[in-house]
Amino acid sequence: MSEPRKAKLFITCLVDFLFPGVGQAMVKVLRHYGVELEFPEGQSCCGQPAFNAGFRREAREVALRFLEVFEDSEVVVSPSGSCVAMVKEYYPELFSGDEELEPRFRSLAGRTWEFSQYLTEVLGVEEFPGRRQGSLTWHDCCHSLRGLGVREGPRKLLCSIEGAELRELQDSEECCGFGGLFSVKFDEISSRMLEKKLACVEKTGAESLVATDCSCLMHMAGGLEKNGSGIRTLHLAEVLADALEESGEGPSGEAIS
Amino acid sequence: MKVRTDQFHRLSSEALQDGSLSEALERANTRFQEARASAVESMPDWEELRQRGHEIKQRAIDNLPEALDTFEENIRSRGGEVHYCEDGASARDTILSIIRSHKGSSVTKSKSMVTEEIALNDHLEAAGLSVIEGDLGEYIIQLAGEHPSHIVAPAIHKSREEVAELFHEHLGSDPGADIPELTRVARRALREAFLSADVGISGANFVVAETGTIVLVENEGNIRMSTTVPRLHIAVVGIEKVVPRRADLAPLLRLLCRSATGQRITSYVSFISAARTAAEGDGPEKLHVVFLDAGRSRLWADPGQREALNCIRCGACLNFCPVYGSVGGHSYGWVYPGPIGSVITPHYVGLERASQLPQASSLCGRCAEVCPVKIPLPDMLLGLRAKAVEAGGAGIVERFSMRAFSRLARSPRLWRVALACGRPFYRLAVRAGLASVLGGALRRWSRSRKLPLPGAPGFRRWWRSGGGRGGG
Repeated sequence: MSEPRKAKLFITCLVDFLFPGVGQAMVKVLRHYGVELEFPEGQSCCGQPAFNAGFRREAREVALRFLEVFEDSEVVVSPSGSCVAMVKEYYPELFSGDEELEPRFRSLAGRTWEFSQYLTEVLGVEEFPGRRQGSLTWHDCCHSLRGLGVREGPRKLLCSIEGAELRELQDSEECCGFGGLFSVKFDEISSRMLEKKLACVEKTGAESLVATDCSCLMHMAGGLEKNGSGIRTLHLAEVLADALEESGEGPSGEAIS
Repeated sequence: MKVRTDQFHRLSSEALQDGSLSEALERANTRFQEARASAVESMPDWEELRQRGHEIKQRAIDNLPEALDTFEENIRSRGGEVHYCEDGASARDTILSIIRSHKGSSVTKSKSMVTEEIALNDHLEAAGLSVIEGDLGEYIIQLAGEHPSHIVAPAIHKSREEVAELFHEHLGSDPGADIPELTRVARRALREAFLSADVGISGANFVVAETGTIVLVENEGNIRMSTTVPRLHIAVVGIEKVVPRRADLAPLLRLLCRSATGQRITSYVSFISAARTAAEGDGPEKLHVVFLDAGRSRLWADPGQREALNCIRCGACLNFCPVYGSVGGHSYGWVYPGPIGSVITPHYVGLERASQLPQASSLCGRCAEVCPVKIPLPDMLLGLRAKAVEAGGAGIVERFSMRAFSRLARSPRLWRVALACGRPFYRLAVRAGLASVLGGALRRWSRSRKLPLPGAPGFRRWWRSGGGRGGG
């Protein structure tokens, strides 16, 4: 038998602070596939807020912290396409030309995975066990889609869950308007983008809206709630963990809060 | 044209309140997106073609000085005159003096963003010349006293009703005229202008160094008219439009037409290498090419941003941009809107005057995805944001927050304490509806979105208290 797979969790600040259930769900799903997990306690943020605002010195400082915490990992897995895109795409660029650091960041980038890509591309999961009643719709988060190329993987996983009905979302590739500080600095434009997105979401008539990034989900959930909509927002990991729970599969799972 | 790039916030806010603008944008973007999508779908080698387009333009821009010299030599050998102008003012003066030396008095223009950039019409009119825009969209906004809101479709922000009203007022047409009738009315008025003008001013989509040729792409025939009927033709060209070889054109034209309007090729493509020769019966007597720099050399000298000069002005990044689609072109406050505008405008008018533009993007990346020459627009916006911070453009609150953020994120202990203390405080604030007193950011956010309530406990506490042990 081959060695068990090992991965370190980069849980992201948003999940740690606001959506711990998403991190727990991811843990449950990865354990179901026998992945040995570690959570390095020294982790913080990927530095994207600083980088996107143009504060490269601060972004570099935070990136160095990330390197320190995760460099010895075989694999890093994270429930956020946006933070993973930061690590894979922009860390090496931030240290471009640095003979010592750039190769180290490139190497780490090659070992860092967004959750759904890790499941489908590394673990090779094509069909997901478990059951779920109800209809879902899928929003393509910009950085997962255009930064990492996540497109069909999660759709296949969702479709393979027994009882789950996936409804295509019109303009699913269009941004929800979050963009981090963009939604604060240009809140009116961001709100208009959100409004268009949610109109499409409502049109599907689906019970739940699923995506790979908690930041986009937080934005859309905030809008849905404000509108008094009954549509729930769920991270992909939560849907998968729920499906395992429903069918009683996996190691005796802990309660997902 | 007056620069109002520092007013993006106000202008975009007003645009969002304009219901008919929102409808027009929605309609236009849907149409443009669908047209491009079906044109791209029918080409299995689209991605390879984009890569070729990228390489061609990159090579052209990297060898820009040499290519310009070759172009000049070739077009001069057939009697064309070439002028280089460092800025808008010198371009305006040069053009006016060319017209004066040929005793011209009436001008027809073909659609050209670069002449918008140098505000040519105002200058020529102030000098007593009559100037008529020959492109239908340009003609509409000229009558309305406005500026283009899109680089391919200048009057995209206008509804049919608005155009009917405008034509009724200026041309005496039926106020309820439909689109075919409006087109007929414009055609009649424009035909007269083309036939009576003594000067034709065009832009250029490409100029080819190897052959000394100006290439112009259009659908209405107004460019063909403006460049053949009047006795003087002046082409005003940004220096970045030059490509080295004739063979470069085929891929670029395929990319341009499909990306702009979804066409395989436009109705007219004009190749102009000289004025009328002795053997030809018609065409202008004299051809002048006025090259404009106006910030392009500066952009060229910036290695991280030079790629912006690769743009072939198809407008696809505008058509797919959710920000442009929400606020329209006039919000950007100058000539070039949308993602490409937000990249080049700060270089042309000064970053300090246009610092809001690179910020006005959610960095969703659709622009780069559709760009026919693969300009990494979001990366360039990020680069401009970094330049603004380096130049001291960020406010004190933001600078302090970012320092504090970095300090916390670098220290595991401080970070843990910040999260642990922040959570109950934040929960309390949201529960009690304190968002409005917590500060501008949260207040603005919560106008159209509810703030999330953190799940308790945080992930790391859950991990420590057993979650990390696995299985229970």
